Amino acid sequence: MNELFSMGGYGSYVWSSYAIFAVALLIDYLAPKLRNRQVIADLRGRMKRQQRRQEKSA
Amino acid sequence: MRYGTTRSACAAVIRRDLLLTWRRRGDALNPALFAIIVVVMFPLALGPEPNQLANISAGIVFVAVLLAGLLALDTLFRGDHEDGTLEQIVLSPHPLSMLLASKILVHWLSTALPLIVVSPLLAEMLHLPRQVMPVLMISLILATLLLSLLGAVCVALTIGMRRSGMLLALLVLPLYVPVLIFAAGACNAAQLGLPFLAPLLWLGAALALALVLAPLACAAALRISIT
Amino acid sequence: MNTLTLWFHKFGSPPTFFRVTALLSPWLFGAAFLIGLAGIYWGLFVAPADYQQSDAYRIIFIHVPCAWMGLFAYIFMAVNAFIALVWRIKISEILAMTSAPVGAFFTAVTLATGSIWGKPMWGTWWTWDARLTSELVLLFLFLGVIGLYNAIEDRRQAARAAAFLALVGIVNVPIVHFSVSWWNTLHQGSTVRLLGPSRIDSSMLWPLLLLALATHIWFFASVFARSRVSLLELEGGKEWARDIALATEHGHE
Repeated sequence: MNELFSMGGYGSYVWSSYAIFAVALLIDYLAPKLRNRQVIADLRGRMKRQQRRQEKSA
Repeated sequence: MRYGTTRSACAAVIRRDLLLTWRRRGDALNPALFAIIVVVMFPLALGPEPNQLANISAGIVFVAVLLAGLLALDTLFRGDHEDGTLEQIVLSPHPLSMLLASKILVHWLSTALPLIVVSPLLAEMLHLPRQVMPVLMISLILATLLLSLLGAVCVALTIGMRRSGMLLALLVLPLYVPVLIFAAGACNAAQLGLPFLAPLLWLGAALALALVLAPLACAAALRISIT
Repeated sequence: MNTLTLWFHKFGSPPTFFRVTALLSPWLFGAAFLIGLAGIYWGLFVAPADYQQSDAYRIIFIHVPCAWMGLFAYIFMAVNAFIALVWRIKISEILAMTSAPVGAFFTAVTLATGSIWGKPMWGTWWTWDARLTSELVLLFLFLGVIGLYNAIEDRRQAARAAAFLALVGIVNVPIVHFSVSWWNTLHQGSTVRLLGPSRIDSSMLWPLLLLALATHIWFFASVFARSRVSLLELEGGKEWARDIALATEHGHE
């Protein structure tokens, strides 16, 4: 098991590259999700304001 | 309604821009002054050893000229955009690319030419070997023309922005990489006694291509930015 | 109208695009994840060690697919930019603009893993090798497109300006590569060969291909996910976008 992680002495290099890859993909996966939440909240807020304005003028 | 010929329109643009430059002739010195200041920084940072400076002098001169040109790019359309002249130029019945080419030419004359004039001084401050000087001058002329043409396309894209300085650098520098490599490469080759004609010819070929394409691209970019 | 153009027009309409990609996106992410895991497992644990580089060569399995992806993303962006500028198709504008950050991610990973690989193999984190330098310029081009897109207020005008920049950039990429390799031979730097003389064995080729496939699928999944958000933002005033905003649970999909 230990041998597996040491990768013939190059363990830190190999594992850190794979970690960078994983982290980059994770950020890439989460970024649009967070943005989506924000956009939908904005849209709902805008709709709500519009509705209230219409009720007031009616 | 009859319009004048395209040639007369271009001449009018050139005359007007030259007149404007002449009225504010103090500004034309700014890029040259900036380049001198940048060059002075290098011996202060690297130490005054003449041999060491001579080795990298051509590269320093090119980087200084490039940075000075980058700072001056912003003024290419700035004033005309603020007072609405640019919109009139876009709306004019003459080919926009020709009018823009005239503007770029005047801009080159007013910002790059002073830089080329002071460059022997810069080279001398950095102990550039005498025999490299002609190569430096030729490659500077070719390179600054290319930089003005390529830069104009990017400036046209960033026209509406209030603070475009950093962004403009980000857009322009990747395009400048090949120009810098060939121009400084020719000087380095001359300094080492190697044949330097090939990179100069490449620069010339690129300039011929850019002379035709860059004004067209600049016109297209301007039409996108001004709606 | 034949079926293909009909399909094209349908896919190009924002609500349909939104719905189709909503169905596709999770499957693409899932497939990319599973194939990627298989490739990584194969690359890390099954493939034998290289006789020259020992285990350090295993970085190739992510470095090279990411490098391919960076270039692929740029070409995809440029093609969509061209379509966006010529036919003014809204979906193409959005696809071009959303592929820029994904491409930038892959290019950044390529640079990072490349220099991590370079440290044990060449003894230095960075060398002014032709390929490294062009890759760096590619990253700057991506960042320029993203920067320009974010700097202009009007979204559609921003997309057209950035698309134009992407097209200018694609002319630049081969020129940069050519000039940098010329410059490199002039300076006569250490001749580094990325892939040693060893021919690649099939036991090493398979994980490479698997990860290349996974990153390609991931690219489309991510671009679709990002495009849906941009589309919703852009079409916020329209009926279908409001329906979607109402249909989603508070903040969740």
